[in-house]
Amino acid sequence: MNLIECRNLALGYNGRAVLKGLNFNVEEGDFICIVGENGSGKTTLIRGLLGLIKPLKGKITYCNLKKNTIGYMPQETHVDAHFPASVFEIVLSGTLAQKHFKPFYTAVDKKNALQKLSLLNIANLKKESFADLSGGQRQKVLLARSLCATSKMIVLDEPSNNLDAHSKAELYQLIIRLNREFKIAVIMVTHDLDHDNLISDKILSLRGKDFFFGSTKEYVRMLHE
Amino acid sequence: MNDLIEMFSYSFMSRAAIVGAMLVICMALIGVPLVFRRNSMIGDGLSHVGFGAFAIASVLGLAPLQFAIPVVVLTSFFILRLTENSKIHGDAAIALLSVSALAIGVLVVSLTGTNTDINNYLFGSILSIGDTDIIMAVILSAMVFLLYLFSYHQIFSITFDETFTKSIGVNTKLYHFVFAMLCSIAVVLGMRLMGALLVSGLIVFPVLSARQITKTYQTTIIVSILVSIMAFFIGLVASYSLNTPTGATIIIVNMVFCLILKTISLF
Repeated sequence: MNLIECRNLALGYNGRAVLKGLNFNVEEGDFICIVGENGSGKTTLIRGLLGLIKPLKGKITYCNLKKNTIGYMPQETHVDAHFPASVFEIVLSGTLAQKHFKPFYTAVDKKNALQKLSLLNIANLKKESFADLSGGQRQKVLLARSLCATSKMIVLDEPSNNLDAHSKAELYQLIIRLNREFKIAVIMVTHDLDHDNLISDKILSLRGKDFFFGSTKEYVRMLHE
Repeated sequence: MNDLIEMFSYSFMSRAAIVGAMLVICMALIGVPLVFRRNSMIGDGLSHVGFGAFAIASVLGLAPLQFAIPVVVLTSFFILRLTENSKIHGDAAIALLSVSALAIGVLVVSLTGTNTDINNYLFGSILSIGDTDIIMAVILSAMVFLLYLFSYHQIFSITFDETFTKSIGVNTKLYHFVFAMLCSIAVVLGMRLMGALLVSGLIVFPVLSARQITKTYQTTIIVSILVSIMAFFIGLVASYSLNTPTGATIIIVNMVFCLILKTISLF
């Protein structure tokens, strides 16, 4: 069953298209990696899927998914690493959707945030300051926050940037578990296309004029031809 | 102790204590997001706009607070629009509007020769605050406090990561406007206490002091409030005893607090 359908999609800024003629679907439980060089439009596509920019042309249809119920995890460098906030304060903010002018989090919000921390094995960090965490731990906190906002789909923007090999492998394992065990669709922007890191089922390549959207096996075969 | 009781038995001192305490709480509240968004100078910019508005109000014989607050609120909305929709960056927009308003204020004052009230707004004069201003200050401070409380989590989330906050459907524009309004009201009220030239000190110092010893957002806000209240009362008493300007004395006490907490944080 489709979650998102993109048809003849053009996205860009100030009327100038960065991406044109893009067609693809995101199905329930999909794991899609978006690849492409710098400036190829990966971030623009993510912004479009999250509803942060409107299509210049074409259409994004959200099926079985409300527009603002996609969990988003930015690159680690996009948030202030020295921001004075506890892990729990940050993860709780993932439950803010549609909470207009309510001064307090409910018991359900707190339970939800705690569950996500436990799911990612970081419940012990609940009271720690975000600024005191390692890069890998910070990424898990941002992943837990994104999970608070969704039960169906997460969008990850280069989640392994600046991580050492061990932290990267640990994070990828968690993402794979979320996808396989909990059937959460994953869209992940990545530069990691080494053989070991081809963890997705499908690839959306924004390289060149002709986009590629298909299985990872097909993509690897195409690269070797 | 008897000296303190005697000091606060004067109505101008007790009024200053009540209004000042409410004002410094508001300033500390808005200070935390402003400092962490690296927008600390917005307080300085808005206070210059407030100065221009006060100058015009005093020349036209209008109630200063009632005139200045809407003007500064509208200016802060305008700064937001400028930074969203054009090639003018936030700091440039603030500089542009603040020096323009300051120039208008100075021009109006020099053309009309009115300068008594203007000095009060440049350097602060909480000891001479009138009954109407007290009522306005108490009502507006309560409003700032309540609005902040009801948008606390959204302001936190936008300050930490605006893109994520937008992506989950929070109306970030609405909260930007709410926060701009809170800043404008707090800054205009703060000018009565500190004056246009020193008001940004009340935004920055308590937060920087708190940041030396805190690790979470909530405790940063609580410690900022405690530091600003303590610094205010010590500064008020010191300025009375030493016969020094109230606003400047409060800022000096804040500076000392910041240095002490910085030293403590090193150990």
